[in-house]
Amino acid sequence: MQHHLILRVITKLLVSTIILFALYVQFHGDFSPGGGFQAGVIMAAAFIFYGLVFGLENVKLVFPPWLVHRMMALGVLIYAGTGFVSLFLGYDYLDYNAFVPDHPSSGQHYGILAVEFGVGVTVTGVMVAIYYAFAGRPPQVSDEDW
Amino acid sequence: MIVTIIDILLFFMLVMTALAIIRRRRLFSVVMLAGVFSLLAALLFVTMDAVDVAFTEAAVGAGISTVLMLGTIAQTARREKEPTRSGILPFFVVAVTGAALVFGTLDMPNFGDPDAPAQLHVGPAYLKNSVEDIDIPNVVTSILASYRGYDTLGETAVVFTAGIGVLLLISSLAGRRRREDEEDS
Repeated sequence: MQHHLILRVITKLLVSTIILFALYVQFHGDFSPGGGFQAGVIMAAAFIFYGLVFGLENVKLVFPPWLVHRMMALGVLIYAGTGFVSLFLGYDYLDYNAFVPDHPSSGQHYGILAVEFGVGVTVTGVMVAIYYAFAGRPPQVSDEDW
Repeated sequence: MIVTIIDILLFFMLVMTALAIIRRRRLFSVVMLAGVFSLLAALLFVTMDAVDVAFTEAAVGAGISTVLMLGTIAQTARREKEPTRSGILPFFVVAVTGAALVFGTLDMPNFGDPDAPAQLHVGPAYLKNSVEDIDIPNVVTSILASYRGYDTLGETAVVFTAGIGVLLLISSLAGRRRREDEEDS
């Protein structure tokens, strides 16, 4: 897509904004609509958008496949691990009161932040991995045929 | 009043988009119209105050699934084949299913009905205790991540499993391993 000058400039401007918005949705999910699922999808959309315009090879340099594949499992591990931390602190599995026993609602804040981060990491990883899997196969259709 | 007008307008556009999707044979325009369909659905969710769902619908339905469908078209075909058999039986099945669904909605409570079964089970307790227990303004997040933490853990595992499944089926990882095997043998 070397000839699409406007597309490339707009993409450069937008991708960082989309990533910033994804982080906002991720970490502001306690106060405004959104959370890990939405943030993960928006984050993945930013990388997919970049890949569409600049090509699969370039986006793989930014966000290498080995990292994407590890993120898929890492998010679930963060989520399940949060549960084990509360378990070993002597509370129920995924009972966030364990983190700040004197002030349970603060513990809830930390717990929610942790599990939402896990959800976001997994969703980002899965969405980008699926995109890589689809886009990585050699196309059967040339650009002009669309 | 204004919300009703917006709802009617959005539903009208939704139905028009669906009809346009049925009539198209060129799959590129079908995929684009499906993206439009998702965006309209997201707008409907906004008018119903389900902003979290609207977010997801807009990003997944209109964004990522459109890209994935384009990737699929690039692998397969650009035009839908002309149907060879008559469409009477499929139309009959669709009509009966649609009628059953419409019949089912007759028993459903009205939108936003405070006496609906879904509002009477655990919902009131969550809404009442959320401020004291968890102390965050977004009750959706407190239910999703704390009260229903196990469910969300399961959902995350489902997303992970789906990703693994796709990778096993079509990723380049499988292909690379096969090539390496062939070189070894």
